[in-house]
Amino acid sequence: MPVDVDATVLSNTRLSSDYNVLGLAAPAIAAAAEPGQFVMVKPGLGDHPLLRRPFSVFEVIEDDAGRVTGLSLLNKRIGVTTRTLFGLEPGARVRCLGPLGRPFSPAAPPERAWMVAGGVGLAPFHTLAVALRARGVESTLFYGARSAAELFHLDAFRRLGVRLQLATDDGSRGDHGLVAAPLERALRGLGPAAPLRLYACGPTPMMRAVTDLAHAHGRRTEVSLEQVMGCGLGGCYSCVVPVRRNGGRPRFVRSCLDGPVFDGRTVVWDGLGAG
Amino acid sequence: MSVDLSVDIGGGLTLANPFIAASGCFGYGVEYADVVDLSTLGAVAVKGLFLDEREGHPPERIVETPSGMLNAIGLQGIGVRRFVAEKLPPLRERGAVVMVNICGSTIDEYAEVARILDDAEGVAAIELNISCPNIRKGGMMFGCSLAGTRDVVAAVRKVTRLPLVPKLTPNVTDVAAFAAAARDAGADAVSLVNTFLAMAIDVETRRPRLSNVMGGLSGPAIRPIAVRMVHECRRAVSIPLIGMGGIMNADDALEFLIAGATAVQVGTANFVDPFIWGKLTAGLTGYLERHGMAAVTEVVGSLDLSTRDAGPTPEAACS
Repeated sequence: MPVDVDATVLSNTRLSSDYNVLGLAAPAIAAAAEPGQFVMVKPGLGDHPLLRRPFSVFEVIEDDAGRVTGLSLLNKRIGVTTRTLFGLEPGARVRCLGPLGRPFSPAAPPERAWMVAGGVGLAPFHTLAVALRARGVESTLFYGARSAAELFHLDAFRRLGVRLQLATDDGSRGDHGLVAAPLERALRGLGPAAPLRLYACGPTPMMRAVTDLAHAHGRRTEVSLEQVMGCGLGGCYSCVVPVRRNGGRPRFVRSCLDGPVFDGRTVVWDGLGAG
Repeated sequence: MSVDLSVDIGGGLTLANPFIAASGCFGYGVEYADVVDLSTLGAVAVKGLFLDEREGHPPERIVETPSGMLNAIGLQGIGVRRFVAEKLPPLRERGAVVMVNICGSTIDEYAEVARILDDAEGVAAIELNISCPNIRKGGMMFGCSLAGTRDVVAAVRKVTRLPLVPKLTPNVTDVAAFAAAARDAGADAVSLVNTFLAMAIDVETRRPRLSNVMGGLSGPAIRPIAVRMVHECRRAVSIPLIGMGGIMNADDALEFLIAGATAVQVGTANFVDPFIWGKLTAGLTGYLERHGMAAVTEVVGSLDLSTRDAGPTPEAACS
């Protein structure tokens, strides 16, 4: 059951001129959230911006005694809300509603888990990596960004025992180009019999490419889509995704209730909108 | 001191309070059952239903605009039969007062949908959607013509004894004439306003920001126009009015009540704050207590025009 918290900003760590991690005192949401779920966020109570925006729960924050004190959001400055969230100082208040949506289905040994992230699409994978570690699943993060300076939290993933496969648009770190390249090499290297779960989050063309690539190797991908959302609770029918299940015709389903995590092969990518 | 929040919205239907979840903004109601005790709302106006399922428009379906939002959902829906079979029972179980918003591409379809609901158990009222700006056939096509409004309302009136509430479009010059036409054709009340036909453009791509090109504007941006339209209708007809348009809190709702609405619908604000309903009733109760009123009916239509005339007629305003 989702709750709405008038959350105090605990911390704001600027990672670059565009990215920050915002810590929010919303322990009730953090404790209940499963990897892949999201929150609906609105800074302030005014009419601009009017609507909340969806964000993945990036990290669950704990104090020294291991008590859950809040959650963090990985934020990239793009529009009104994200610009505001970039600039907030500790002590500010943010409305935070959640946890919402259908989570990832975490792998279990002997399955291994490969997470594929593009840019701010890293957001849902920290909590997933924590869950995978707790289950003893061998995990790899394929992570692409514009440049080395925009590859964040690598140490945090390493500490969770996650192997890293990096790519940058400018070649400043890892593969020069798309993250699909190291993923394809890895898929080729892994025998078809090895149990594997794939997860992807990032720009729509990247998630589509990962889904197709994985499918070509007989693998299924769970993608976390980011559609424009009005309410997050199934009330407005704004965030629909065309999905084809069991060979039927495509149907629009609400990504807030049926997603944001979908089986990539069921998504009718051409019908997703401009994004 | 306890105050009486109950309101009679016509056709023999009394609501426990004047706050209704607006159609299109609350799914089929059941989506919110974990968040809100549905029985505490005055009523729930469920998403518009045609006879059959509809897919609606492709994304992008909404875009935020200054103090508001545009939507072009296109009335995606499960059809009236599935609604009766799948959604009405859980709504009844939770004690929701259900107002079913109905649509049609033809007058016959409106009547058929109404007939099915008339036979169903647990429908408190029918809201007649003659005002959706986002569909090609039906909707606003009827609501922008006085003859169309009369014909649809009269046809549905013939097949149901349920309270009948046509929902009016603001995309006309003289909304009060449409309230009068609806009344003459047998409406028990009217609700107003639906969204304003509007458009937003991405200047970088030079493309419309909605896949349907145009959409309906809602939210605080439209509130003053909606209040004006309720005021105009109050002067023209005496049947109950259900006002809506950008209500974000109890004070906003009070503007509509004072202008003459017996009840109000809340839509966009529910997206921002799904827990708004308790705050609305608390705010209204506090206001009534502060003003020494024992019942919300005392504030309905209490607009004080003693120091001025009631404003220009539409003709005068446009001259």
